This record gives sequence, C-alpha cells and structure tokens, in this order.
Amino acid sequence: MGEFLEFQGVTKRFGSVRAVNNVSFSVKRGEFFSLLGPSGCGKTTLLRLIAGFEQPDAGRILLDGQDITQLPPNHRNVNTVFQNYALFPHMTVFENIAFGLRGARRPKDEIEHEVHAMLKLVQMEDKAEHLPSQISGGQKQRVASARALVNKPSDLLLDEPLAALDLKLRQRMLLELDLIHDQVGITFLYVTHDQGEAMSLSDRIAVMHSGVCEQIATPAEVYEAPKTSFVASFIGDTNFFDGIVASAPEDDYCIVEIPDFADIEGFNGVLCYNDKKKTVGDHVNLSIRPEKFGISIDPPKRQFAHMNALRAKVEDIIYTGNHTNYWVSVGERRIAVYQQHAGYLLDEKPIRWGDEVWLYWNADSGYMLDDDAAPDDPLLPPKTSSAPASPSRADDAEGTAP
Amino acid sequence: MRKSFLSFSLLGLVMLFLYVPIILIFAYGFVPNGVSMSFFGPGGHFQGFSGRWYGLVFSGHHSVRALLQSFWLSLRIATLATLVSCVIGTTSALALHRWRSRLQTVHYGLVYTPLIMPDILIGISLLMLFVACGVDCGFWTILIAHVTFCVSYVTMTLLARLQDFDDRIIEAAYDLGAGPWYTFFKVELPILLPGIVAGGLLAFTLSIDDVVITSFVNGAGTNTFPTYVSSMTKHSRNLPAVFVLSTLMLLFTGVLAGVSKLLTGKSTRQA
Repeated sequence: MGEFLEFQGVTKRFGSVRAVNNVSFSVKRGEFFSLLGPSGCGKTTLLRLIAGFEQPDAGRILLDGQDITQLPPNHRNVNTVFQNYALFPHMTVFENIAFGLRGARRPKDEIEHEVHAMLKLVQMEDKAEHLPSQISGGQKQRVASARALVNKPSDLLLDEPLAALDLKLRQRMLLELDLIHDQVGITFLYVTHDQGEAMSLSDRIAVMHSGVCEQIATPAEVYEAPKTSFVASFIGDTNFFDGIVASAPEDDYCIVEIPDFADIEGFNGVLCYNDKKKTVGDHVNLSIRPEKFGISIDPPKRQFAHMNALRAKVEDIIYTGNHTNYWVSVGERRIAVYQQHAGYLLDEKPIRWGDEVWLYWNADSGYMLDDDAAPDDPLLPPKTSSAPASPSRADDAEGTAP
Repeated sequence: MRKSFLSFSLLGLVMLFLYVPIILIFAYGFVPNGVSMSFFGPGGHFQGFSGRWYGLVFSGHHSVRALLQSFWLSLRIATLATLVSCVIGTTSALALHRWRSRLQTVHYGLVYTPLIMPDILIGISLLMLFVACGVDCGFWTILIAHVTFCVSYVTMTLLARLQDFDDRIIEAAYDLGAGPWYTFFKVELPILLPGIVAGGLLAFTLSIDDVVITSFVNGAGTNTFPTYVSSMTKHSRNLPAVFVLSTLMLLFTGVLAGVSKLLTGKSTRQA
C-alpha cells in the first residue's frame, strides 16, 4: 500500500479566484477516497485536474510514481464517471461501454468478452442493445460506471455520480458502488457534497473548503476529532464553546472557563479532556456533538469519571421517532442536544417545553479544535449562523468572544 | 358537426390554393403544343395529352438542349455548393459554439449578414468584386456566390442544433482514451450529422432555385435552370419542357424531403 496518487502543492486559479490553493495529499492504492465539501470548494476542479481537463497553475500530480501533470486526458490511465453520466446518445449501451476498448483497437472477440463481463457486473445484460434515452437514471449511472471500469483504469474518478438520482435509488446505488469497489479493487476517488455518502463509502475523506484541504482522515476521525470548526460544522451538527484554560488539575484534563457560563452560580468551568496539552491561560475552541449530551429531569447519577453537569431550561423539542432533538438554554446560551431512546420512551419521565433539566456530559466527549475561531479568520462560517449545510442545527456559532 | 364541416372546407380551399398550381405544372408537361399557356381558356385549343415533351427531354432533342444544359449546370452547382458550404458551415458553427471572444462576435456577424441582406445587394457586390479582380464570370463565380449565402444557412442550422449538444460527452470521449480526430468522427460527427444534413438540404434548395444573385454573376451565355426558365417564359415555344423538368425536380425534392424527414425522425428518437 504505497502512495498511489499524489498531489504536490497543486494550485489552480480561475481569474483571480484560487479554486484549488496549494493542495498536497496522497491516496493509497485501492483506497476509496472521498473529496467532500460544499459547492465551490474546489473538489470538482481537483478531480478535473486529475482527469486532465484542467492544467494546474502550480504543483505536480503523480500517478503511480509518474508525473502526469502535463499529460493530455486521453493519455492518462484514469477514467471518469461524470455527474450527468455524459453517455454517447447515438450509441447503444454495448457500444458506449465498448468505446474505450474500440479506440484502443483491441481484438473484436476480446471487446465482446470484456463488455459482457462489465454488463454482468453492473447487472445490465438485458439492456445491451438499448439506447441511453431508453434506460432509467439508475441504469445510466451503471452504464457510466461500466464504461469507465472496462478500461481497467488505475484510478476511477467519480464526480457526484448519484446527485441526479432520488433518495431511495441513491441509497441502493451507494451499496452497489461499494460492492463494485470491493470486486474490482482499484482506487476510487469520489467527489461529493453529501456527507452521508462520503461517510458511508470512504476509507478516507478529504474535507475541502475554499480550495483548501481542511482535514484528511477516516470518517470516524473526521466526525469525532474534527480539526477545524468548518469540519466540525460541515460534518454532522455540533455546539461550539469558546473559553480560556483556568486550571489543569490533572495531566490529561483541564478546566475551561467559558464566558457564556460565567454567571452561573457554583459552576467554575467545563472539565475537558486536554489532548492538545493546553496550559493555563490558553484559548480553547471546543466542539461538543449534540448526541454526546445527556439530559434528565432528575439529577444525573455519576456515570463517568470526569463529568460535567449543568442546569438548563428546555426551549424547544422535536420528536423524530428514533431520537428527540432538544434545544436548551444555559444562561443566554442555546445548546442542541440529541437524545436516543434506548429504553421505552413512554416509561421515561417526560421532558416538556420549559422544564428545568440537568444537562451532563463526559469530559472526554468534547474535542478541542485546532483553529481559534478568531473573528477575522476567513475560513470560518459567519458568527451568527454556523449552518452552511444543515438548516436543522441550533443557531449557536462560537458564542461571544471575550 | 357543422364546425368540422367549416374547418374541412377551409382546409380544402387552402390545399387547392397551394397544390392546384403544382398539379397544373404536372399537367402542362403532357401538353403536345407549347404555344398557348391558356389552352383551357378562351382562345385555347386543347389537343389532348401526349408524352411528346417527356420524349424530347429524355432523348436530349436539340430544341431543348440549352434548357437541359442549364438544368445540369444547376444540379452541379447546387451539389458542389452544398458540399462546400457543409464543410465550411460545420467548422464555422463548431468554432462559434466552442470559443467566445470579440473576434467571434465579428465572425457571427459575418455569417449572419447574408441572411438579412437583400439578394440584389449580394449580387451587385459580388459582381463588383469579380469585375474588380478581373475574373471572367461563369461556372466558378456562380459557385462562389452560392457558397457565400449557403454557408450562412448551414452554420445557423447547426448552431441551433449545437445548443442541445452536451459538451461533456466530448470530455468523456477524451477521458476514455480517444484523440481529437477519433472523437470528432465517432462522437461529434454522428451526433451532429442530422443537423448538417438538414442545413445541407436547405442550402441545396436555396442554390438550385436562386435567380437574383445568379443573374448578376452568371456572365454571358452561362445560364442556370432558374435564370434560363425566367428568360424563356415569355417567348419560348419549348415551354412544356420546362414543365417536364419542373415535375422531375418536384419528384427529386420530394425524395430529398423524405430522406431528411427520416433522418430528423431518427435523431429525435435518439435525443
């Protein structure tokens, strides 16, 4: 598992806009690698740079040790599944899939054999003689995948291949893509703006924002240990807390004073797991996922070794069946809390709108972000709304900076 | 019921108005003597039908030789003008579609102008150009003149078709390892062919019946079918030969229209 596809300081400008800004990362052989980000973050440009439709202004792209930066698209051993499939409308499904092999002047019986193997892989054997206009969206997607895969590319590029499909079909094609990846075993580079697709399919995800790779990690790491506040807010929902380290009673834990909670009597700070080795006086930008909180009418029993507990007032409740979303306020601060119902809900003591409740969480559940959420940092979402992707998030950005 | 009677009779009238002249042309081709055009009316002397003029036309009789020569000239010029303008028009449309620049705005204007310019202006200006260059008017000047306006029609027809063309399928072809030529002949040309053929048919029709522009640039003694016919209608005894050739042209055009219908029908199925 060596480095297979490598970006070295790649920059691409369109006019004065840096669509891709000094990006360096590498993809391993056979990996399912996703480029995830909102529209306009440069992920599609990055894909087009690999395919050869765009030339970088700076930097190099290496494929299997070979510098492909200057190669034209038809001389690169990569194939693309286009967002709108881009099937040839005047050719049958069979001819579409055979296009690459025929262009390479492969023997006729070999083409026949390979194409039929592909048709079988994508379960389209009975539609071989149909024209693209005669098949459905999901079937077009399969043909587009087969047309790319039949050339045995060393890297398959997928540009939002499921974006044009409806939700149910998207979920099924997601599983099929995963299966195909397991069967052919080549490197997949998958571009998407849908965090769900990226999380469920990828070995690793590169989260992109404004032409920059913010974090490259496994789905679980990206979710549980986001590097920046953009990553934390783009993938899943989260609550941000800004504070200063007040004391460090243990090696691995520190107490962070949060200005929002300063007025609460008898509460002298949030106990945090200190993996960033912060010292007293350091600024901390903490992210706590809504589902990490516990919420109860009765005082919580001590479940964790390092626990925080606060009194809060319930402001809003949305019941969705498998979980309930609460918005509670602590002083002036609103906090989103998602609660799973492991037991039978009707047996539990009900929480109602306006109730005074206990909010508690494990000190290990919070995660310190790398960026300080400084107000002049252009990478951060605006202070008033931290929700570029998901409107359901509580409108709590970073709180008021001290 | 009454409504449908009214609309049917209206339809019948319109059809009569459109098609009776054509039927008359067909009928006149079978008239043995060509002296009077009003042989049904007062002073006419109807002598029954005969295939005499068909015989004369097909045998190439000397009395109709000049007419036949003009007919072949028209066919040759129309065919050549169509082929040349298809090639130029296709490259022009592709260039206009693919690249945008100030120069392309000029290019578009140049292609568009012949569509709105009066024929008489095109004719005079081309004649002045040929005279200024010291070119003898004849076959080649007619051909150049026809290509000049045919190119515009081919380009415009194809540009309209290119609006629906998904440029990403060209990227897809490159992505699958095809070079520019392979992509052009295997992907672009087959998809655009119905548009090119439609533009070509339009060009052919315009070229074969052009009178105004041709009459300026044909020079002495060179006549295309339309200019020859327009000059002989008033005094010729061989007029039925014109009707015979017109009937043949009508059949030919009908076949062409059928072919184009087939081609466009096929392309809509694919789209």
